[in-house]
Amino acid sequence: MADDVIIRVEDLSAGYDDRAILEHVSFDVRRGEVFVILGGSGCGKSTLLKQMIGLNDPLAGRVLIEGKDLVTAEGERRDALMRKFGVMYQSGALFGSMTLLENVALPLEAFTELDREQITLLGRMKLSLVGLEQFTAHLPAEVSGGMQKRAAIARAMALDPQILFLDEPSAGLDPITSAELDSLIRRLSKSLNVTFVIVTHELASIYAIADRIIMLDKRVKGIIATGDPRQLRDESTDPYVRQFFHRQAELTAA
Amino acid sequence: MPKLSIRAAPVLAYPGAAALAVSDASDGRVLLALSGRLDAQTIPDVWRDALKALRDAGARPVIVDAAAVDYCDGAGVALLVDLLRQPRAGAVEVTNLKPAFGDLLRQYDPQSLDRDLDPPPAARPAIEQIGRDTSGLLRDMRAQVMFIGQVVAALAYAVRHPSSVRWRDVALVCERVGADALPIVALISFLLGVILAFQSAVPMKRFGAEIFVADLIGLSMLRELGPLMTAILLAGRSGAAFAAEIGTMRVNQEIDALTTMGLDPVRFLVTTRIIGTVLMTPLLTIFAMLVGLLGGAFTMLSFSIPFVTFVKEVEGIVSLQDFMAGFVKSFVFAILIAGIGCLRGLQTSAGASAVGDAATRAVVTGIVLIVVVDGVFAFVYFLLNI
Repeated sequence: MADDVIIRVEDLSAGYDDRAILEHVSFDVRRGEVFVILGGSGCGKSTLLKQMIGLNDPLAGRVLIEGKDLVTAEGERRDALMRKFGVMYQSGALFGSMTLLENVALPLEAFTELDREQITLLGRMKLSLVGLEQFTAHLPAEVSGGMQKRAAIARAMALDPQILFLDEPSAGLDPITSAELDSLIRRLSKSLNVTFVIVTHELASIYAIADRIIMLDKRVKGIIATGDPRQLRDESTDPYVRQFFHRQAELTAA
Repeated sequence: MPKLSIRAAPVLAYPGAAALAVSDASDGRVLLALSGRLDAQTIPDVWRDALKALRDAGARPVIVDAAAVDYCDGAGVALLVDLLRQPRAGAVEVTNLKPAFGDLLRQYDPQSLDRDLDPPPAARPAIEQIGRDTSGLLRDMRAQVMFIGQVVAALAYAVRHPSSVRWRDVALVCERVGADALPIVALISFLLGVILAFQSAVPMKRFGAEIFVADLIGLSMLRELGPLMTAILLAGRSGAAFAAEIGTMRVNQEIDALTTMGLDPVRFLVTTRIIGTVLMTPLLTIFAMLVGLLGGAFTMLSFSIPFVTFVKEVEGIVSLQDFMAGFVKSFVFAILIAGIGCLRGLQTSAGASAVGDAATRAVVTGIVLIVVVDGVFAFVYFLLNI
């Protein structure tokens, strides 16, 4: 059903200075699903993500968010499109001069008419979701890398956007926090129908959360596999895909 | 109407607004019926009204009926949590919330959210703050003295083992500190000469003494202004650049990487910068002196003093001693600029503003020390009758 598609990537070629890293990539993300982008280093995962959130212009092709072209949108229309999604960057990208609570509160102050106190409560609730309720007044530099990451997830969720892009959310997190994050993702996707687009390598987490994955490969500069992760692990005939899942499976089995 | 910028926060139109109806139940309880879509855009008014209704209810128990809520995200849940956590005599109960939204609500403990779990530290008494600041100042002075020692040791090592110096880096420093600074040094010195000449020629002309403007410019450019202006320019230009460069390396853990590799950051990063700056600053100083004189000579043409006369006059008054008095200073200034820039860079702490702070501190400390040392030179020259 066409209505179900929330993000459509159409014949996208992307790269830097005319050196294409991805060529003619097309896929759909459906509303409410947890969509995982997978692949080895240098295969263009981050490039693809940057295209999907409109940070870089593609060499060719389009990215449609709810049917509206992100590439050609300008001004207020582009801002409105951008507010539909929240992004957690790999490094956290928190504002260093603001406390964790102020970081989370910033989008709420800018885009809602809530009172100071309500924003503080909402900010504290978001931080408590990621287990940081005791660090609200800390500056990013005063907490660990994993905590910065969790705070960045809280900031991405501040406005309860319909789409959340997470760039390697569980890298640098301990297994317990990582599992809690997985269950938070599942809960949000189930109860609020939030769509997740996640770049990750954590196979355990992929099996736990992913509805659908795509796997990128730098040799074809595009997608080599799409589907349910378990099915791909068990049924794919592509040697690279098999290796990706199998090798990890062997290691975890041992 | 003017177009709103993003910062002005346009309120987005959302389908389905939120609403609140307050009524009295037959059993004496107060009923707050929420309906519609509860999200950050739709609830600000409902939130305020709901809190007011809660206050108006006094000690009576309150039922929040969420049966007609068709969407409730994190902001909506925050509204419910806020109602549940209010300290009051009568109980507050949320009913008929759809299971999906109930899951979201159950994630929170309203009572714990009532407390600030990360309260700001209590303000220190003034006397403690004075003590801390003083000890901080002493620590900074100690760090500077230690740094001077480290630099001297590193330079001594470089003299004994010239092959250990990374000469390619020195050449790069020379280019950036020296060659790249030529235009700005030329502009400032030339204008300085022009301004000095104009300001002094006008009153001197009244006594027919405008020829002595050449003496004034010759002596002041060579002894004082040439070295001083060059040093201040370089402190702002290269001192800040050193601090920012090394500061960024500190933030990126590159300094830690050098240390754990067994490479001394002072020897690796500071030596090359000091050598490069010491090689370039005296050259730039001579350049500034000459261009300043040129500016003065140029101006005096308009007071009908020809170029040759100007040069003869300067030749007559300025001795080699005057030149050396200024020239020697430029070496000391060079060491100060590069040393302070590198020290502030190495002292960079964590955080987004840290590199900016390091650069600022490098410029401020650099200029203060340059002026202080210049004063010391003036005093010593006076004693030695130079």
